[in-house]
Amino acid sequence: MIPFILTALFAFIIYLLLTAGSGELVLWSGPELAMGAFLSLVTATISRGFFCANRDYRMANPVRWGTLAAYLIGPFFIEMAKANVDVAYRVITGRIRPGIVRIRPGLKTDLGVLLLANSITLTPGTLTVHVDEETNDFFVHMINIKPGVEQKETADIMDVEAFFSFPRWIRRIAE
Amino acid sequence: MVVDLIFLIFLAIGLIFNTLGVIGILRFPDVFTRLHAETKTTTFGTIFLGLAVVVYGASHFFGTGDGQYIVLSVHTIIAVIALAFTNATGAHAIARAAHRSGQKPAEAVVDRLAEVNP
Repeated sequence: MIPFILTALFAFIIYLLLTAGSGELVLWSGPELAMGAFLSLVTATISRGFFCANRDYRMANPVRWGTLAAYLIGPFFIEMAKANVDVAYRVITGRIRPGIVRIRPGLKTDLGVLLLANSITLTPGTLTVHVDEETNDFFVHMINIKPGVEQKETADIMDVEAFFSFPRWIRRIAE
Repeated sequence: MVVDLIFLIFLAIGLIFNTLGVIGILRFPDVFTRLHAETKTTTFGTIFLGLAVVVYGASHFFGTGDGQYIVLSVHTIIAVIALAFTNATGAHAIARAAHRSGQKPAEAVVDRLAEVNP
């Protein structure tokens, strides 16, 4: 029953976003609301088994979604802006020192690993190449390794990022 | 007036970063460094192009009250979110496939992945 309700709610919110501005009831028209409710019930009937496959409901907590939004607007966007200035500098000058390092963020859930891998790929000169599925170690290709980091067996997260510790935020969102 | 200026600034930033991404693809030596240029600069540039559309749509919505402009803004936001996620995931998949099929990073000072997954 819980997977059904969550899937229906999620589908209905997506439908509302896609049809915002269609009428006079706040932003939506009556027929759109009725059709959205009907379609989200159909969607939930078909796909509740996929959407909540691992019976893990911690992302149903709105506080986690608020933290995710704060993370995307704050630390993530600042790191991303810095990443782009950095990569732009390297595109123009051609000064690079590439290599693949190993980091150990210590995350446990699949969603946490996904969020951190995507965050790393979109921030300063770093690109996730491989994730070890047993230990959840990340292999990160860096465009400019600081001198000394290539000697370490596992690099520190602060060798990869510039200002913020992403794993701490991710743990607050997804674990 | 101010809105027009913000709109133009966002468009300019977006176009500059997308152009740098293209130059990076041509300049860098191997597949991994080219992916750096391609994923980061194009995602960032396209986010700013999207923001320009959102600012345009929002200003026209509050000016005219026509619902089609809010549709434009919301759809652009959803497209940008989808782009950010798929771009990162696609880059990850390409990089992993390249490394597994024997493309070693050029000029690399260290390669920890080759030690565990040769």
